[in-house]
Amino acid sequence: MTLKVNLITGRTINQGANLENKTSPDYLEATAYCELNSNDIEKLDKSGNNVKVRTNYGEVTVKLKENNGNPDGIAFIPMGPWANAVVDHDTKGCGMPGFKGIQAELEGTSDKILLMKELIARYK
Amino acid sequence: MAVITDALCPFCGCMCDDLMIVTEGNRIIEAKHACKLGAAKIMGHHRIKEPMMRSDKNGNFKEVSYDEAIEAAAQILVKSKRPLLYGWASALCEVHKKGILLAEELGAIIDNTASVCHGPSTLAVHEKGLPTSTLGQIKNRADVVVFWGCNPAQAHPRHMGRYSVFAKGFFSDKGRKMRKIIVVDVRKTDTANVADEYVQVEQGADYMVISALRAILAGQAAVVPDQVGGVTKEQLVKLADTLKTAKFGAIFFGMGLTQSKGRYKNIDNAISLTTELNSFTKFVIMPMRGHYNVTGFGQVCTWETGFATAVDFARGAPYYNPGETASNDVLYRKEVDAAMIIAGDAAAHFPANSVRHLAAIPLVQIDPYWNPTTEIADVVIPTAICGVEVEGTAYRMDGVSLRYRKMIEPTHPTDIEVLERLIERVKEIRGD
Repeated sequence: MTLKVNLITGRTINQGANLENKTSPDYLEATAYCELNSNDIEKLDKSGNNVKVRTNYGEVTVKLKENNGNPDGIAFIPMGPWANAVVDHDTKGCGMPGFKGIQAELEGTSDKILLMKELIARYK
Repeated sequence: MAVITDALCPFCGCMCDDLMIVTEGNRIIEAKHACKLGAAKIMGHHRIKEPMMRSDKNGNFKEVSYDEAIEAAAQILVKSKRPLLYGWASALCEVHKKGILLAEELGAIIDNTASVCHGPSTLAVHEKGLPTSTLGQIKNRADVVVFWGCNPAQAHPRHMGRYSVFAKGFFSDKGRKMRKIIVVDVRKTDTANVADEYVQVEQGADYMVISALRAILAGQAAVVPDQVGGVTKEQLVKLADTLKTAKFGAIFFGMGLTQSKGRYKNIDNAISLTTELNSFTKFVIMPMRGHYNVTGFGQVCTWETGFATAVDFARGAPYYNPGETASNDVLYRKEVDAAMIIAGDAAAHFPANSVRHLAAIPLVQIDPYWNPTTEIADVVIPTAICGVEVEGTAYRMDGVSLRYRKMIEPTHPTDIEVLERLIERVKEIRGD
């Protein structure tokens, strides 16, 4: 079953600490995940440890993590290439794309998480 | 072994100036007092060793000389009818100055990382001005501090200790004990966990919540519904009372406002709230700037061109209109036909549709590190790290300029040297 959420992206300390280290496994670990609270995780089907995030702008597979600081229906992905695979490019006339407040559908998956190089290669 | 005291951190907009850097030979072995973010940058990671080029974006890079790489970069930029020069925030003001010269020479668009950060805050300041202060004034005076849509515990780890929450100052000698800390956010962050009061707003409802607070302050609480943007009227009335009875209040705001529904209008409204609070007491507002010198780019660009960022030189004179001339506007419209990314990583931090276009056009990268932009670049020119290997000026998030000293000697040419050679070569090719 897919779970409909409101997706936000943003900074974290581990994402920042690996800002100059983006080819490393540490950067992938720090940014290629999606946080939901335990209620929402319960609602997801459990076909794997990862989660597929689908929006009108793209789809990406990331690790699923629990964070009970999130209210129901809010998903958080740290800023970076994985989050940006699914954010809204529209700047609403002021230069700023839609990095927060994106309607997304999530489903559990056992698909693998693309490495940074593989993810960016999709754009070439 | 040598020790540099009172060194400046070149990571975030806090620009902590109390670091102690221990060097051995030309190597940094310790960055005392730095947070996890600052230490990670100062202690360093794998660098791009030599300039690299490739003729096919799917092909392998070949190492080349600086002369060859600069020649190729100049050819790409001169042949372009609509070049974009983006990044700049991890570089010093002296680099920005050269970048603006290059943009003017090329008739390019020059834009910095504020485009995906506090660009909307600049638009709001155009409309309303900015009742603000230095971080020192907040440290010495503030007894009520609001963090709205920002999470310094993760993004500016020493901000609370040095300036805003735990810091002790002249009129704030009791530090945390004399301050009331309020966090307004859509999720309970680590910063919310140290606050006295957490106000949880529905995602995208910040504008309404600010408007409700303004109505209550104006004595019109009767028009406010029982709940606004997920916040009860009772909590809003209590919050308005806390704000107006502060001796000195400060609002810090972040991407929670600039990137959510309403974008710059959220900041516009928050500035109005701050202005109105000054009818009751002293209140200031400040954006939490990300990269250490993203503020500096805004300063240099404003004194050179009249505009803070997203400046288009195509008409021969500076023109500015974010929504039309900002990086993501010109990328997803497929308007630019070549780009140079310097001291910023567009491929990591732009939406996929913008990155797709960057991957389709000739792309020059100037950066010390291999990152997603390298993956789609045609020419890569590695440079020295500003603030670690290069001295110069940067502006803290409150607009205070500070001078960086070198911690160690550079092993690569500086951004300034590369840009000077690029400008010279561009002029030669164009026959100027």
